[in-house]
Amino acid sequence: MLILTFDNTFEGFLSVVFTCYAEKLIPHDILPTNHFQEKLFAEVRHIDTNIVHTERVWAGLQKKLNRRAKEMPYRIFLSEMPEAYIRLYKYIRRVFDTNAYVDSDWGDPHVMELRKLDREVTREAMRMLQFIRFEKTKDNIYFAPIEPRHNVIPLIINHFKSRFSDQQWLIYDLKRDYGIFFDLKKVEEITLNNKQFDEIRGRLNTNVVMENESTYQRLWKNYFQSINIKERCNKKLQRQHMPQRFWKFLPEK
Amino acid sequence: MNDKLAQKLKILADAAKYDVSCSSSGSKRKNSGGLGNGVAAGICHSFTEDGRCVSLLKILMTNHCIYDCAYCVNRQSNDRPRAAFTVDELVELTIGFYRRNYIEGLFLSSGVRKNPDFTMEQLMLVAKKLRTEQRYNGYIHLKAIPGASPELIRMAGLYADRLSVNIEIPTNNQLQRLAPEKNHQSVMLPMNQINKGIIQNKEERKKFRRTPLFTPAGQSTQLIVGASPESDQQILHLASGLYQAQHLKRVYYSGYLPVNDYDQRLPALPEPPLVREHRLYQSDWLMRFYGYQAGEIVTQSHPNLDLEIDPKLSYALRNMHIFPIDINKADYEMILRIPGVGVQSAQRIVAARRHRRLNSHHLKKLGVVMKRARYFITCNELPAYLRDISSETLRRHLILESKSKYRKSADTQLSLFSQNFAVSVQH
Repeated sequence: MLILTFDNTFEGFLSVVFTCYAEKLIPHDILPTNHFQEKLFAEVRHIDTNIVHTERVWAGLQKKLNRRAKEMPYRIFLSEMPEAYIRLYKYIRRVFDTNAYVDSDWGDPHVMELRKLDREVTREAMRMLQFIRFEKTKDNIYFAPIEPRHNVIPLIINHFKSRFSDQQWLIYDLKRDYGIFFDLKKVEEITLNNKQFDEIRGRLNTNVVMENESTYQRLWKNYFQSINIKERCNKKLQRQHMPQRFWKFLPEK
Repeated sequence: MNDKLAQKLKILADAAKYDVSCSSSGSKRKNSGGLGNGVAAGICHSFTEDGRCVSLLKILMTNHCIYDCAYCVNRQSNDRPRAAFTVDELVELTIGFYRRNYIEGLFLSSGVRKNPDFTMEQLMLVAKKLRTEQRYNGYIHLKAIPGASPELIRMAGLYADRLSVNIEIPTNNQLQRLAPEKNHQSVMLPMNQINKGIIQNKEERKKFRRTPLFTPAGQSTQLIVGASPESDQQILHLASGLYQAQHLKRVYYSGYLPVNDYDQRLPALPEPPLVREHRLYQSDWLMRFYGYQAGEIVTQSHPNLDLEIDPKLSYALRNMHIFPIDINKADYEMILRIPGVGVQSAQRIVAARRHRRLNSHHLKKLGVVMKRARYFITCNELPAYLRDISSETLRRHLILESKSKYRKSADTQLSLFSQNFAVSVQH
């Protein structure tokens, strides 16, 4: 039973794929080192990231994938599901071993599962675009805490960069303890040491938040309540579209 | 100042809530160094307790109105708190909300104050200020006020992403009965103008890339359902005509809520016609995404939609001769006509069957609702359930099987029947 590990990066994962081809390995599982737990009777081998290998695998994939499915392997990787890595590996093998576009083979249970996971990651990213709420700090930074199920930050950078290009903003993943900061020019990945917000709800401490911030939050809540039509109450539908796990970040709830 | 603003916001949001449109889709406006952009698919930022999406800051400029339309909560003769925003207040509110990612843009409507021109100018000025002074590129939806001058509407179209003129009541004589100051002609006038403007703008943009956008997200309208006695056939034919002749992006249907129940001209409804509204939306989708004609959904013999089953199923039961459809061979258009198969599953079927023949197990995994679809298809191994069952029997069976929230008093009659049916299916 062979288990291959890599350094938690997508580049690392693709290097594993390369090594499997090069050395004709048949892995039982592939895991990032931070997910990995020692197993009895398993042969464990760590594959070092090799950027040349990574690029060869990625370039090969791009040639073999349908236009709309080109980024799918990356999104699957971002799902961070423990079983995603070995599934993705098997999928990539199939992509290389066949001539047809595999991604549209919905009748194949493995492809089906992977497409489902892909949709889940895409949806989670979409929900960030919907439900992220910024609070303004005294030094004019718009701050938003998030807690996505999958590691979707890389998928939302472009949206926020082009939309809020004239304000500084910081989106912070509380669960994974890292975030992205936009300084009006470029987006940078950062980890905060000195956190000026409560770590459960992500609300800014009163000494750093802008004075008129609560006014906007009150106005927004006020609006949210006035726009509701009581005669048509349908709370189930509300929860379906806006799951409760997001509510703690929403000033209107 | 903030309390006053909060009070206004409350009154004018409350007054705007009956306008159902809230979509922010259709515009891909780029951010040119300022704030905001358009996302073609639209984004919903919140959902209220009625389950409706909050995408735009949907608000009235003012709820003062010189008209006295029977169906409208803001009619002149109603004794309600009235308020009006200034242009600057609205601009500040929109930008403040937008920067915090609360909203996707602004949807600005208004009661008619003084005259249509004055009102239209106010709306246009908000959009102008947002675009020019604030360099705002987010979504803007403005109401075009019937009776306003064409020049003002043209200007509004240059700043807005979407314009809409509400028809409200589906036939002209009913409209004039309920709203004596209005008629269909005054509504169609700006609608025609906007339609021409959009077509012309598209042509010009092909030739000159720098031509400024004119209403890139198109126009829409709203019809009130249940305030006047029109049939679904009249409503759907009107909608279909609007989609074809005016190239509308959306027609919205708003089930009439008894906001002015004292007015004798309006019907007394026991509850808002929400099911009917839902069926109309389903029919609307059939026309826009499934290739159905209005005349196929409602016919002379069935001028109203069946409230118990959806219009697609209803069509299938009336046209049993085109079924069963072979999943592995039929054209995409035919697959779309199978009850229980949506646009997404139809596309997946067409893509997946190139790799292998599909059976019922695959279909279920693909997202097809087999409970309904199985009576209308053949695939690899599935026998056609259809053969011996009459469409009326099938209809009742499907209603019984469904756990639809729309099932109501008919239940008692049906349960009697169900025993007979259970016996007959066992054979």
